[in-house]
Amino acid sequence: MADVLVVAEHLNGALTDITFEMLGKARELSTGLGGHATLALLGSDVRPLADQLGAANAVLLVEDPALDPYTPDAWQQVLASIIRERQPALVLVGNTGMGIDLAAGLSAALDLPLAAYCADLRLDNGAVLATSQVYGGKLFAESRLPGSGAIASVMAGAFSTDAGKSSSPATVEAIPAPKIHSRVRFKRLNVPEAGDVDITREQILVSVGRGIQEEDNIALVAELASALGGAVSASRPIIDNGWLPRVRQVGKSGMKVKPRLYIAIGISGAPEHLEGMRDAELIVAVNTDAKAPIFDVAQYGTTVDLFDLLPVLTEKIREMRAVAA
Amino acid sequence: MRIVVPVKQVPDLVEDLEIGPDGASLDEDLVKYVLNEFDDHALEEALQLKEAGSDVEVVVLALDYGDVDQVLFTSLAKGADRATKVTGDFSSAPDSHTTARALAATLSGMQFDLVLTGVQAIDDLDGQVGPLLATLLEAPHVSVATHLKLEADGRTLSVQQEYGGGITADLEVDLPAVVGVQAARATPRYASVSRVRQLMRSAELETASADVTASAALKIERLFKPVSTTHAQMIDGSPTDVADAITRILSDRGLLKG
Repeated sequence: MADVLVVAEHLNGALTDITFEMLGKARELSTGLGGHATLALLGSDVRPLADQLGAANAVLLVEDPALDPYTPDAWQQVLASIIRERQPALVLVGNTGMGIDLAAGLSAALDLPLAAYCADLRLDNGAVLATSQVYGGKLFAESRLPGSGAIASVMAGAFSTDAGKSSSPATVEAIPAPKIHSRVRFKRLNVPEAGDVDITREQILVSVGRGIQEEDNIALVAELASALGGAVSASRPIIDNGWLPRVRQVGKSGMKVKPRLYIAIGISGAPEHLEGMRDAELIVAVNTDAKAPIFDVAQYGTTVDLFDLLPVLTEKIREMRAVAA
Repeated sequence: MRIVVPVKQVPDLVEDLEIGPDGASLDEDLVKYVLNEFDDHALEEALQLKEAGSDVEVVVLALDYGDVDQVLFTSLAKGADRATKVTGDFSSAPDSHTTARALAATLSGMQFDLVLTGVQAIDDLDGQVGPLLATLLEAPHVSVATHLKLEADGRTLSVQQEYGGGITADLEVDLPAVVGVQAARATPRYASVSRVRQLMRSAELETASADVTASAALKIERLFKPVSTTHAQMIDGSPTDVADAITRILSDRGLLKG
């Protein structure tokens, strides 16, 4: 078969953006391959979600209480049986907190090759070429996926949601759930409270990364943020160290932000971080490594040492704003 | 209870990565290996579970390439109980499928309750090792996990799985299981150089052999440096010059209004 099968992802009753991003790409690829774009929708009482999935030629619906909320074990078992039976040329899974388990698990279960971290998928001489972002975004690897079946895990934001969105309902084919023996049990979902600051609503963010070296140095960043009338956010390592609360984390596993100004201090720009901030209106990056990937998304950058720059910059901005006021 | 932590070495991103003459792999002569940082978190989490009081033995596994001895002795210095070198035809860093198969072959001859891997590595182009390994072992798996807790019954583990937007799910997993650790509860500990050296003289590494090849290998045709369509306009000069320039840019955009 030349079909492209998308694994739909939904959280808290809503389809996630990556589902539409993958579906749009699946339409394009399946047309070129001479097959259909199909979508596997797993859960319980999720049929209404199919109303937004008209971009798929068919929605394969599997409803079972064991499938909702998501657990990797139950979903993998059901998806493996669908893929075994339908034999799609390509399976698209989000490279997300849910998809990492599914993509690699299915690859091992079905003995299908997997291209992870896909930033691009395109047709070349009738085959799908996958471009994966590896080595922290420093290199790309291009691999040719066999038409006999492969899996690609797709980075969030790699494709537009437009081609995957549709206001018409999809053709639904309900598939009975196979017997599920799940060894992973869902307990509860934890949705963070915004806390003191909601960084998704701030117009100016000064974001701090590993380059700050020590917890006490975060004060330098806080002063710059305060001088600008903005808030402090951070990349993952700072949060993992417990130096700032989790609600301040920008990136794939944190918040997606779109401020008017984003100043990245000592952040190298790992793909996980870029995913959360690349849409900021103006990005200024300070990093001593001239080759840091953050400079590829920033409009302005400098390799001046942050410890030399921050006090001077904070002072100048204070002066300037005092004059403006 | 036995916790196994397979660790892997990855190219050090501090060094420039050079593409080899085949255009599809790294120039091995120039690669400097370091421990995958997520594996360091997995080991730390295993040591934390051990120190939490339960009767836990921590066993570290690493495939034989790069500075494998250094990695394993460092793990012992940090507090692992045993360290095993898995030998095979690993002239350079093998892909994830080969790694998972070699680890599965080693683990199939070993009793274990929990396997902790780093959630991912910068080179796992063909998928993350944790779920690959779990599926080969027919064990359940949870990746992107934090807040690991062994339950008193000794048969289950509680974890948080991270989704986007700061949302997490509390999950409970039957043991034996494979868990991909996103971050340990504490910053991974350091081992002093003198302690590592001392162990290199006094301790023995165990060995196991695993000759495997991956069947569902991904064929890489081309490795290339991203040609970024955009690059920041770089501001050079003294800190004062740079601060002036940035202030001017922000001011011109109306970002410095009082």
